[in-house]
Amino acid sequence: MSVMKKMLTTVAVATAFVGGAAQAEDMRIALVVKALGIGFFEAAAKGAEEAAAELGGVEIIYTGPTDTTAEGQIEVINSLIAQGVDAIAISANDPDAVAPALKKAMDRGITVISWDSGVAQEGRQMHLNPSSNALIGNMIIKLAADHLPEGGQVAVLSASATATNQNIWIDEMNKVMGNYPGIEVVTTVYGDDLADKSYREAQGLMQSYPDLDAIIAPTSVGIVAAAQAVADAGKIGQINVTGLGLPSEMAGAIESGASQSFAIWNPIDLGYSATMIAHALATGAATAEPGASIPMGRMGSVTLDDTNSGAMADPFVYDASNIEQFKSIF
Amino acid sequence: MTSTDRFIPDRLTSPLQKRLKSWETLLLAVAIAIFIANSLASPYFLNAWNLSDATFNFTEKAMIAFAMALLIIAGEIDLSVASIIALASTAMGAAAQFDVSTLTLVLIGLSVGLACGAFNAVLVTMMGLPSIVVTIGTMSLFRGISYIVLGDQAYRGYPGAFSYFGQGYVFWVISFEFVLFAVLAVIYGVVLHKTNFGRAVYAIGNNATGALFSGIRVDRVKFILFLLTGLMSGIAAVCLTSRLGSTRPSIGLGMELEVVTMVVLGGVNILGGSGSIPGVVIAAFVMGLVTFGLGLLNVPGIVMSIFIGALLIGVIALPRLWSMLRK
Repeated sequence: MSVMKKMLTTVAVATAFVGGAAQAEDMRIALVVKALGIGFFEAAAKGAEEAAAELGGVEIIYTGPTDTTAEGQIEVINSLIAQGVDAIAISANDPDAVAPALKKAMDRGITVISWDSGVAQEGRQMHLNPSSNALIGNMIIKLAADHLPEGGQVAVLSASATATNQNIWIDEMNKVMGNYPGIEVVTTVYGDDLADKSYREAQGLMQSYPDLDAIIAPTSVGIVAAAQAVADAGKIGQINVTGLGLPSEMAGAIESGASQSFAIWNPIDLGYSATMIAHALATGAATAEPGASIPMGRMGSVTLDDTNSGAMADPFVYDASNIEQFKSIF
Repeated sequence: MTSTDRFIPDRLTSPLQKRLKSWETLLLAVAIAIFIANSLASPYFLNAWNLSDATFNFTEKAMIAFAMALLIIAGEIDLSVASIIALASTAMGAAAQFDVSTLTLVLIGLSVGLACGAFNAVLVTMMGLPSIVVTIGTMSLFRGISYIVLGDQAYRGYPGAFSYFGQGYVFWVISFEFVLFAVLAVIYGVVLHKTNFGRAVYAIGNNATGALFSGIRVDRVKFILFLLTGLMSGIAAVCLTSRLGSTRPSIGLGMELEVVTMVVLGGVNILGGSGSIPGVVIAAFVMGLVTFGLGLLNVPGIVMSIFIGALLIGVIALPRLWSMLRK
């Protein structure tokens, strides 16, 4: 029976260990992300902590599933409802599947907002977009086109085929393709936001399209994997990797030349703003309704449209001139 | 897994019965320990509604795990179950666009599950292909069809009554899914432990050739087991789709491994021949309680996976350690 004892001790120790975490504060705001262990969301959590410190009396619960599934997020949401948190700010893996669980949260008096990747309207009070989709769609193709004055072949390496954000941005990109004559988007492949799969998809692109000039990866996982694949294939200078990425993860690619430039909004600002909004709504200082203007501390305020969503800021371009300054930030 | 040249231990002696019994006792003790640890660690744990919410973490997986347990005991495996869910859910979603009745939707979900099970069964029993290879193939095939149909779109617009299966309550905090789980547990328990069919399943798992020469229609039993696994995946698809209120091709992604984990944690020998339904039921509770309890403490999911993994390896290693210690 010694094995059983050991197992029991493990359970007890594990629970005692984590049981010591912070308890009751005035307000508990849960920041629910698509999956843990992604640099972008870790940075957002940093911003949320910054907002909490500024507001005072706020505890941030940073949580999410291990893989980017809706089922995993629903389990997380259920445990947050059980804890009776004051607010949930979520970046959803699936806009529809998490809606019934979030509706239940709202029924039990919890403030629910979505940020980054949205939730269907009935499942949240408001949605905070990091930027406007049109601007992002334009930005990712512009980044590729800026370094291809003669035109050329471009491929897209996206996250999963069901990822809300990436699909909208690619749509917006396609709308403005007319402004970039000579640029041809040859295909879109999906790396599922997994480093190894994205790497293999990037390799596949280089084999299928020997004349490829640029890879656009509108995902922080895909862009790093693509830059690595291009560097490993010895095609630096021939293929420019661009899209959306994190400065800390992309610093190497900028230095090596695998990537000329890329863009991202500031995830720290995003986590900060989401927390500020969740706090304002939970305390009743603001109401989420079309046309309403909700304060976001140092980020100014966001104005909601007819669907109760609003945009935080424009995306920002990072290149060799400023990467040193930002790579240590996030 | 139909090869008969492997070493087959004598598993029908009475010490086995004892060991099996103590195994389930052990698992039950672990479940109770986790329950107590959870109650002490979180003030939110002992709450009827919260515990009710927690059951949703395992009910759908457990329904499939019952059929999977029989299949694994018989020496086969079905890794396509999560993909069957995706295909059945997609079929229901497509039908829902034509305003069909809730009953029709359910029948469509179950039929697709059965059809997928039959497809696996034909490939394994009639063509004699190894089930692990066949179902790895159909795992991609079934979900692939869903991706082709849906792409990045979602089916919504299920009728209001349809939401009962995944969101409804039979009585107070007792959800429909939990009742279904309990009823199925009893049915599978009786089938496996009290019927000739159940004995045939064990016999096939221990020695398929011997079972054949004893007059058991091995292929027919296996065919039925694959059909059952497909049907249970169809039932799980109805529940999960109803709970989510929408269908995307990524629905239930990765669930097959959690189902197999549950079965193995329940004491079913992954090589076939032994295991019990009560063990699987307790394993379902253990997994549900661990994930919910750690979730209440906001333990990152990565740590949870480590915990489940350690639990699984511990349980698989246990009989080996046991026999080594006895020698």
